[in-house]
Amino acid sequence: MMASSYKDEDGHISVSGSGAAAGGGSLRTKKPENTAFKQQRLPAWQPILTAGTVLPAFFIIGLIFIPIGIGLYVTSNNIKEFEIDYTGVDMSSPCFNCSKSFSWNSTKPCTCSIPFHLDQSYESNVFMYYGLSNFYQNHRRYVKSRDDSQLNGNEKSLEEPSKECEPYAKHDNKPIAPCGAIANSMFNDTLELFYNDPNGTKIQIPLTATGIAWWTDKHVKFRNPGVENMNLTAVFQGTTKPVNWHRPVYELDTDPDNNGFINEDFIVWMRTAALPTFRKLYRIIQRRNNMLPTLPRGNYTLEVVYNYPVRSFEGRKRMILSTISWMGGKNPFLGIAYITVGSVCFLLGVVLLIIHHKYGNRNNGADISH
Amino acid sequence: MNNSGPRYKRSQLEKRLNTDVLWCVALLIVMCLTASVGHGLWLNNFKDAGFQVDGETSPALAGFYVFWTMIIVLQVLIPISLYVSIEIVKLGQIYFIHNDLDFYNEQQDSRIQCRALNITEDLGQIQFLFSDKTGTLTENKMVFCRCSIYGVEYPHVENARRLQVYEAEQNEAAGRTVTLKSACSGKSLSCRSLSCNHSSVSLHTLTAESLEEDQLSGHAAVRTGAFCSRMAKDVVPDPELVRKLSCLSSSALHLKGSSSASLSGLELTYITDFFLALAICNSVVVSSPSQPRHMVPEARAPLKSLEEMKLMFQRLSFYSFSPLQIKGSPRSFTSKLFTRGKTSSFTFNTPPNNSTDGSDPALECSQDTCKLKTKVDLPDRGDREDSAAMSSGEDLESLMEIKADGVKQNLEGMGGDEESEEDIDDELLYEAESPDEAALVHAARAYHCTLRGRSAESLLVDLPGIGSLVVQLLHILPFDSNRKRMSVVVRHPVTGQVVVYTKGADSVIMDLAETQKGSEQAQEIYSHIREQTQKHLDTYAREGLRTLCIAKKVLEEEEYEVWLKRQLLAESSIENQEELLLDSAQRLETDLTLLGCTGIVDRLQEDVPETIEALQEAGVKVWILTGDKQETAINIANACKLLRSSDRLLSANCGSRDACGALLEELLSEVQHEEEREESSLDSTSSFILVIDGRTLEWALQEELKGSFLELSCKCKAVICCRSTPLQKSKVVQLIRDKIGVMTLAVGDGANDVSMIQVADVGIGISGQEGMQAVMSSDFAISRFKHLKKLLLVHGHWCYHRLANMILYFIYKNVMYVNLLFWYQFFCGYSGSVMINAWVLILFNLVFTSVPPLIYGILDQDTPADTLMKLPELYGASRTTKVYIPFMFWINMLDAFYQSLVCFFLPYFALAGSDAGTLSFGSPINTSALFIILLHQVIESNTLTWIHMLVLVLSAALYFGFVQLYSAFCVACSHPTNLFGVETLQITQPLFYIICTLTTVAALLPRILFRALFNSLHSSAPLRSAQRDEVAAERYRQRMKLWNLKHSGASSPQVHADNPGLEPIEDEVVS
Repeated sequence: MMASSYKDEDGHISVSGSGAAAGGGSLRTKKPENTAFKQQRLPAWQPILTAGTVLPAFFIIGLIFIPIGIGLYVTSNNIKEFEIDYTGVDMSSPCFNCSKSFSWNSTKPCTCSIPFHLDQSYESNVFMYYGLSNFYQNHRRYVKSRDDSQLNGNEKSLEEPSKECEPYAKHDNKPIAPCGAIANSMFNDTLELFYNDPNGTKIQIPLTATGIAWWTDKHVKFRNPGVENMNLTAVFQGTTKPVNWHRPVYELDTDPDNNGFINEDFIVWMRTAALPTFRKLYRIIQRRNNMLPTLPRGNYTLEVVYNYPVRSFEGRKRMILSTISWMGGKNPFLGIAYITVGSVCFLLGVVLLIIHHKYGNRNNGADISH
Repeated sequence: MNNSGPRYKRSQLEKRLNTDVLWCVALLIVMCLTASVGHGLWLNNFKDAGFQVDGETSPALAGFYVFWTMIIVLQVLIPISLYVSIEIVKLGQIYFIHNDLDFYNEQQDSRIQCRALNITEDLGQIQFLFSDKTGTLTENKMVFCRCSIYGVEYPHVENARRLQVYEAEQNEAAGRTVTLKSACSGKSLSCRSLSCNHSSVSLHTLTAESLEEDQLSGHAAVRTGAFCSRMAKDVVPDPELVRKLSCLSSSALHLKGSSSASLSGLELTYITDFFLALAICNSVVVSSPSQPRHMVPEARAPLKSLEEMKLMFQRLSFYSFSPLQIKGSPRSFTSKLFTRGKTSSFTFNTPPNNSTDGSDPALECSQDTCKLKTKVDLPDRGDREDSAAMSSGEDLESLMEIKADGVKQNLEGMGGDEESEEDIDDELLYEAESPDEAALVHAARAYHCTLRGRSAESLLVDLPGIGSLVVQLLHILPFDSNRKRMSVVVRHPVTGQVVVYTKGADSVIMDLAETQKGSEQAQEIYSHIREQTQKHLDTYAREGLRTLCIAKKVLEEEEYEVWLKRQLLAESSIENQEELLLDSAQRLETDLTLLGCTGIVDRLQEDVPETIEALQEAGVKVWILTGDKQETAINIANACKLLRSSDRLLSANCGSRDACGALLEELLSEVQHEEEREESSLDSTSSFILVIDGRTLEWALQEELKGSFLELSCKCKAVICCRSTPLQKSKVVQLIRDKIGVMTLAVGDGANDVSMIQVADVGIGISGQEGMQAVMSSDFAISRFKHLKKLLLVHGHWCYHRLANMILYFIYKNVMYVNLLFWYQFFCGYSGSVMINAWVLILFNLVFTSVPPLIYGILDQDTPADTLMKLPELYGASRTTKVYIPFMFWINMLDAFYQSLVCFFLPYFALAGSDAGTLSFGSPINTSALFIILLHQVIESNTLTWIHMLVLVLSAALYFGFVQLYSAFCVACSHPTNLFGVETLQITQPLFYIICTLTTVAALLPRILFRALFNSLHSSAPLRSAQRDEVAAERYRQRMKLWNLKHSGASSPQVHADNPGLEPIEDEVVS
């Protein structure tokens, strides 16, 4: 019984009628208007929450949430995910040497290769992520340190980066492009995947570097300065590369549609992560052949060009291979949460039912007896 | 003088709120400290990290910076906007109070005036109500009712009946179905005289003043002066007194021969002086529409030569009675006098004090006389008297012609007099300072002692049988509340002596008119008069009439000269002029000769007893603070059901401080004894009413006795303070307010209530007859006392609940939302980072969630109005189980913490480790927070109208609209938290909806559960009885409908129409 009572607008009507007649209409009186609003008699729904009224709601929530939860859980379980830490903290790790003797400004690339084994084959498109841990991309100062208008192709900002970029706005009196701490700390490891064929050959797996950024970012938010199809080298003339970068921004890629500010790796990096442990999309492994799995079961090698230092702040670097579903990556939490909340609601519904039987009846009884 | 400007009143709720805001500040500081310490420690762990912008700052300094950053980030926690919202909500509440149809008074065409905008919720917390009597409980429409002159009581039976008839007419008008054709029709008269004995009539309450009266006198209201209601104007003279007064003219005529007149000569001078005093001892301004004020119309030639009159007066003043006549009781005395004077068969011989009997032919006749009188007096108002009355009047005239030659002559003489004067007579308008004065002047006029005009030096007065006289006005000693009297010094128009006429409170005048110089005989007569008058005064007071005594004093010329010198000196002095004037006045007003006293009726306003009863049921202690005398006050208290027969009256009257202290102790112990006894015997039916007079109150309010007075008065159900001065009133209110610390409400209508109104937490002025002083200093101005009931029980209750709930909700909202940001600090190195767009953060409180609480605060009704009116206990219950108490505050805080935890951590776990960006992470959190906050309000609301719904939907729509547009079009704005593309992408993601749904449901679950369990297990007793009542009322309504159907054809609905309010109430009680 959802106690919804509509108060009617009785009373006063006859009085006001006669009053108006007596007043003669033309005579302006101070008499308040007899409207439902002004007399606070608006029809109102009165949600009196009692065990009886919320009981159905609890059951319904329970009945809806539990199936959703199961669906989410199953979906999440069907997602295949493989994660490998290549930081090189352990002595045994192939990347230990690279990680040990590393600073931002070493010029000699250090490479290491990590073998790994996939237990099951990946059928659909596989998303390749790099993951960082203990990396506070959400630090207040860090988040601020960028110039959106520069990234949007504003030539004025290119020459005179925003103050927010300090202390990464200028280097040697030349404006940094792209300026700011975010750009400066861009992830610059190169990851390559090789499938170790059982017959001994190493097949490089083709990785697609485009389509990893948001469409809006790639096409609207990030733009290279200057007119279309201009030579980027000329455009960025007079600017300098970020301190930690090895290459200037116009040499990020050979493909002109993926170079400069609209380089997708760059764009992805510029979307700062919410939490200190995060992953960012690195490459997509497209499914080529409908007959063959994208990544068959077997041994693989991850070849890393180790540029990015994380050990100074106890960071970790990972490579993640994952398929995705409609709800995104693998995450059993939501399914479990839905099932839990649904069950709790259902249980509470039962408890309320008992209470309603015990006490609700008593109230009703009292009403009836009078 | 009393008005020291409006005091700034701050409501209790706001005081409580301030402490809670302090808690919020404390919470904010704790949060900021946590962040700053956390940031310091966090920084310690990092050296040369890629994300560190400046590694040089020491962790301590960085922590310090973060503290202030966090203050800025979390400042929403301090609900600054709450204060603005409270003001807006109060405005809304005021709007509804102002527009309440029930507070509309059709007579005055006035609504309630809300002058204070910030204390609406205090109306819901009142525990003590201090009420003035005159004009507040009563109409303050003074109607002359009875008088006593020369120790002889003139009950004015006709006049009492006339008042009764007016009431009947008004009832009838309210009923609107029955028309009593003739007010004097036998049947209705007899049934009325049954219900009411003589003038106690007047205390019967009235239904709303009729429209009819409005139409009769109201359309002329523009030109009628103040206090000139039809009731007050038409005083029907007492036949006995008319007869005696007519002797004045006759005696003047037959001065030489008639001994019958000279026998009552002294009485006659008393009567003449009495009416002269009524007519001139005032500050009434006479005006007529054709003539400007202050003009003394030209005196017409007196009918009798002045010389003749003077002679008579001189003769009379030296005349003394024979002892025989003095000894008789007033009644026998009158009758003796009567039989001697005129033909005994004549029917003027009405037993004055007996209750009237409609079948008595004598009475009938006298009624007719009165009819005639009114007829003659007011020919233009004859519309109410039909032709029957007219014919009976004619009958009487013929009757009189046969039977009563002497009287007839006089009457005709007077009638002739009148006719010539009528046109002017009716145009006279009196504008008086107080309604009492107006009533007395009108009364005098009914006896043809008419005040015609006033100028600075003289007054023009008509005297019966004499005609217009110019009275030289020497001095006016105006009324003040210390002296409690006023005087005029005039040169008597007839005798030429300097005469002081004094009019004032009986206690004062009786003291001043104690003795009389002169012969032993005269003294004996005088003491007899005094005794009788005192007796009458007591009777009047018992009947609830306002009493005034009239006295005079003849001054010798030398005496006057001496006084005049000092008076002039006092008037011209600059230093302490007031004191000197008072002194001078007091010197003059001694050795007065008591002429008589008057009883003025001041009817109770309609529904006063019901209102007081309801307020008492609501747990409000009602005190009456009045300047009237004890008997009158008690009587009024009786009439308005403040005092019941079962109550025990404790009266405190004492002369000295020590006595007062002792008395208070004694009463206190008595009450305690009684209480103990009752506790043991387990029947607590009787309660105590303390009646304390002004003098005793003065002692009781002193520092040493305050305590016991307080203790005693708190044990009493009600306290009546009579004879209290304005200062005392405010002191009493202050004492209760400060010492007990409860909410007090003072209601009054006059300037003497101003200080009390200002001192009380809520001051209510009644816009009545006594000007605007009280209204100007009040917080709310109403026009009738009965409006208090709805104002407190419904609006007060609502306002308090609304505001309290709104504040709780507001604080909850802020804490809940801000905590989301706080939790994020644990994941961003306590750096003060936010995951929500800056503009959304600002607008969230300002726009997206600001209007629903306002609507909630303005429109929510936790209990329907009619239930609140029906069950005053709910008012008390809501006051004792306050909504806004620390417990509720902390429960809300707890809930806010829980909700924010859920709202943050469910999305956190759902997105942990994923590639979600800062703002993509904040988006579901913010959206769920919005839904949680809005739906939380739906749970908390008691009523939801379309306005609520609209506002809720609009708020949500506005949020979505804003973020969508913002993220679709704003490419490079709001720098660190650029929303571009985030929200547009989010709403295409199923994950977003999945997270929001889960979060919202999980966050609201405990609140719903708590509400449901609370409502099911703890259904409040009053509410349950309300439900019962509703069932009963419904059944009753059906029965009535049936009954009406049955009887609509057969019998006229006369009974209902007569007292429409009475019947249903009785029936309800039965059911």
